[in-house]
Amino acid sequence: MNVVVCIKQVPEAPTFEIDPQTNTLIRARGKMIVNPFDMYALEEGVRLKERYGGQTTAITMGPPEAHEALREAIALGIDSAILFTDPSFEGCDTLATSYVLAKAINKLGQPDLIICGRQTTDGDTGQVAPQLAEGLGLPFASYVTKIEEVTEKHMKLQRMADSGHQVIEMALPAVISVVKEINAPRLPSLRGLMQAKKAQIPNWSAQDLAVEASKVGSAGSATRVKMVFFPQRAGGSELLQGSPESQVDQLLERLRGAKVI
Amino acid sequence: MPNPIMNSEVWIFAEQQDNKIKSVAYELVSEGRRLADALGVALCAVCLGYQVQGIEQLVSCGADKVYLLDDPALADHDEDIYTKALTDLVRQHKPAILLAGATSLGQSFIPRVAASLQTGLAANCTGLEINPESRILLQTRPAYGGSLMATVICPEKRPQMCTIRPHVFKRGRTDESRQGQIVRVDFDKRSVTSRTKVLQMVNELTEKVKLEEADIIVCGGRGLGAAENFRIVAELAEVLDAALGSSRPPVDDGWIPYSHQIGQTGKTVSPKVYFACGISGAPQHLAGMQTSDIIVAINEDPRAPIFEVATYGIVGDLFKVVPLLTSKLKQARA
Repeated sequence: MNVVVCIKQVPEAPTFEIDPQTNTLIRARGKMIVNPFDMYALEEGVRLKERYGGQTTAITMGPPEAHEALREAIALGIDSAILFTDPSFEGCDTLATSYVLAKAINKLGQPDLIICGRQTTDGDTGQVAPQLAEGLGLPFASYVTKIEEVTEKHMKLQRMADSGHQVIEMALPAVISVVKEINAPRLPSLRGLMQAKKAQIPNWSAQDLAVEASKVGSAGSATRVKMVFFPQRAGGSELLQGSPESQVDQLLERLRGAKVI
Repeated sequence: MPNPIMNSEVWIFAEQQDNKIKSVAYELVSEGRRLADALGVALCAVCLGYQVQGIEQLVSCGADKVYLLDDPALADHDEDIYTKALTDLVRQHKPAILLAGATSLGQSFIPRVAASLQTGLAANCTGLEINPESRILLQTRPAYGGSLMATVICPEKRPQMCTIRPHVFKRGRTDESRQGQIVRVDFDKRSVTSRTKVLQMVNELTEKVKLEEADIIVCGGRGLGAAENFRIVAELAEVLDAALGSSRPPVDDGWIPYSHQIGQTGKTVSPKVYFACGISGAPQHLAGMQTSDIIVAINEDPRAPIFEVATYGIVGDLFKVVPLLTSKLKQARA
């Protein structure tokens, strides 16, 4: 089965630079890593190839530096990788991002399965995977915890629900998003690292993807970030003093006073 | 001539499970009422289900109108069907705003509805306001695991859509005398081909109270030291009728199933009271719980970052403090 894994490069522990005049984010700085949730997506892609054969491809949209993330994917056992990069892609919201990814996947020739991490740790939306499914006209399952079985036209999988989990059967091709419970990602092998080093990772531009200019970047985004700010921590926390007995009594008094217990 | 967009309604998606309206729907009705009043428009709830109980409650809680799609095919959360049904209804009535809960269902199918309508969607919002001049919805949401807040707008496309973190908004007063209209909408299931089928629904036995809906959460962390010590926090949870949560390390060590994990790689919660027992407060954990109303931290390390977000802190031995708390609560109940 042919699998495409969508990944994103994100800052690991970012520090932020905010324009005090406009209250907009100038940049988030930090060491760039593969979005932690995407590591589970990559691992699942490699495992499916090991079980069922076929080709695995990692894709990302981002600046030229995102090549690094794709090399890491290859080091982990992914066969090939492509970067979608173009100045006009800057400022894409989830709608515009999923449009670019859908165009790219159609150009690649539709795979059997597209795997995404449940969300990225920068935007934190979890919206690209379901919106990509909609853009491709494919079925979607979120929060997948286990792929039980894949047959020619279907797959059986487990997913998290609010109150437990569901076992579902889904038609292929399909898009899924995975959570960390699905697997324990491996470390790159020496062979993988060698392959990552010599891999040719092509760049596809807006022109290569034949995207409509009005549907990408800020122009193609339905949402705008009006302002950003640091959250106000409740802070001023009250440390309860005294013996454990007295601390517990003070706590109960305050919680009862707030009528929450 | 009046601008049709200016007069269009505020909608909320009233999620049901097992034929009952979920608590998040009433929270959305209260918040939606406030927004609709600010705009001077009607508030409508949309419910997809089969023989759902308590529809009138949506009206007594503040809705002017309920669009009810009642069909056996809508009883379960078939997301292909839900996406099509809600998209069609929005296309027909063109609301200005559509709010939905950021539940598993909401986070899975609402993005598909937004993509299908080619409009914007703000995820997991914690604050909403109407700009009185532009009448545009200001949607505030955490990003970067809660280290940054962003206010997002959808200036041109309609509806303005967002998912709302459960428990952030409070359910308002019920007024049984409130009048509203329940509009039954025909649903033609032949118009949708469903490509997913739920074979089995497994409710996890370890979870007595659902984390996302709990008023009180008791959460244990690495400080518990061993799997069997989870009993201490579970007993406190039991006496409080609270849900049981965990930070990441106990889940990684297999002390408790992943479905209990709170934080960036687990669930996001916002209860009235959050007890953090033996939790240091890594940013990834704070991301999942820092919007809780009251945070109680119990930790032996006074420098633990959890104390920076705590409302009440107890620096001490959780093996003494937590059982004492449990027994005092038990005494009070007896």
